[in-house]
Amino acid sequence: MSLISTEKILSGNKRAIARLITYVENNHPHAQSFLDSLYPHTGQAHLVGITGSPVTGKSSLVNKLAKAYRDQDKSVAIIAVDPTSPFSGGAILGDRIRMRELAGDPGIFIRSMASRGSLGGLSKAVDDAIKVLDAAGFEVILIETVGAGQSEVEIVKTAHTVIVVEVPGLGDDVQAIKAGILEIADIFVVNKADRPGAEKTVSTLRTMLELGHASTHHVLHHGQLMTVEETPSHPDEENKKMWEIPVLKTMALKEEGIDPVVTTIDRHLDYLKNSGELMDRNRTRLIDELETALQLELMDRLLGQLPPNHLSETITKLVDRNLSPYAAVQAILKSREVGSRE
Amino acid sequence: MTQFEQKIRVLIAKPGLDGHDRGAKVVARALRDAGMEVIYTGIRQTPEMIIESSLQEDVDVVGLSILSGAHMALLPIITQQLRENDMEDVLVLAGGIIPDEDVAALQEAGVKGIFTPGASTQEIIDFIQTSMAQKEAL
Ligand SMILES: Nc1nc2c(ncn2[C@@H]2O[C@H](COP(=O)(O)OP(=O)(O)OP(=O)(O)O)[C@@H](O)[C@H]2O)c(=O)[nH]1
Ligand SMILES: [Mg+2]
Repeated sequence: MSLISTEKILSGNKRAIARLITYVENNHPHAQSFLDSLYPHTGQAHLVGITGSPVTGKSSLVNKLAKAYRDQDKSVAIIAVDPTSPFSGGAILGDRIRMRELAGDPGIFIRSMASRGSLGGLSKAVDDAIKVLDAAGFEVILIETVGAGQSEVEIVKTAHTVIVVEVPGLGDDVQAIKAGILEIADIFVVNKADRPGAEKTVSTLRTMLELGHASTHHVLHHGQLMTVEETPSHPDEENKKMWEIPVLKTMALKEEGIDPVVTTIDRHLDYLKNSGELMDRNRTRLIDELETALQLELMDRLLGQLPPNHLSETITKLVDRNLSPYAAVQAILKSREVGSRE
Repeated sequence: MTQFEQKIRVLIAKPGLDGHDRGAKVVARALRDAGMEVIYTGIRQTPEMIIESSLQEDVDVVGLSILSGAHMALLPIITQQLRENDMEDVLVLAGGIIPDEDVAALQEAGVKGIFTPGASTQEIIDFIQTSMAQKEAL
């Protein structure tokens, strides 16, 4: 009797969902075949990313957003990603502390994940965990990541709607707002609005948005496979009403300002659908996934076929400047051909 | 694809009504520094909350910190509920003020490791790692 089966996942069995997420985190040899059979059932959930600097109240906000969705009878999965310690490889995942109000609700599933510093930032594991939860039928998936550079950008590739959480105290200083943050936000939330300076922060953000750019059409992909693809075009591109990034105030602890955030998230999804951007984003994301998967697989196969010590000898030659990286690649490809003929 | 890498996942929770979680946090940090992934759920956790979190987080270990003297009331309920959810292979540990005369009964109830305030965090780490290695070998 196996803990995991495709049927169990599709019917929302939480034990099976949890174990399959462990499998994808661990790169378990059985994970991929389950993901393959779940894949046709994915693409239904609204993926909402919540990011921002540490301790801005992301988890508290996620907690209240989830509650609001539950009031609408929508099922909600939450993935809370925290960084893995580069020193020990361990992590403390503490986001659940703020979500105790959600305990005991069968329409909620919360999973804490460590970033594990894997290839590709937010990591394949998070992407795959999202697919598992999506296939399991959760209507909204909230993904919390700490805004520490790379993960903020990564979440844009994954999520349909990205919320960036700020707090009062940014000051009047436009410079204080982290570079790059404007490009990734679909919605800004100034949380802890009970604190002084909230209005100032809101107006600073609004000013920056006005100065910054009119368009937020951020398809971030520049991978190789994109050149093969034609850029999807829309006849009504010219007239397309652009999304104006809203700046909202919340007090997550007091549960104030939450409903407008939910309404805005819904409105953003409508915008994505009506403008065709949803299709563009999905397409871009899938091309990106294909490319990453292809790279990983080719690399694995290639390295797996190398004669023992070949890699370490090559590295020594590189370091000694006896061989250029380009020549090394040619040598690797050649030695593999020799190896595979046996 | 790529290598199979397993990480020990541990839920640290404080059942009961007292609000001190300093000890639990020290243990959480020590386990993190030993390379484990620690899901920290905080104080005043009911058995139901602990079971639900353990299930969703698919942890290998549940570490319960208890100071309030309610260990005999709470710990057996938690191990019992884990069994009812087919999670008997989760390693249950308890730390805190637990009198010697209660140890045997708690072990009988399925609490595998019991650590009183004198125990070092290294003892806890060793206990977890040894147990996990044994489970692996099965
Ligand atoms: N004053 C005030 N404090 C808040 C509000 N929302 C959250 N906090 C507090 O801010 C602190 C951090 O909250 P979290 O929700 O854990 O923040 P986070 O961004 O998820 O934190 P990390 O995941 O650790 O980066 C907690 O002490 C919360 O109680 C708010 O609206 N007002
Ligand atoms: Mg958090």
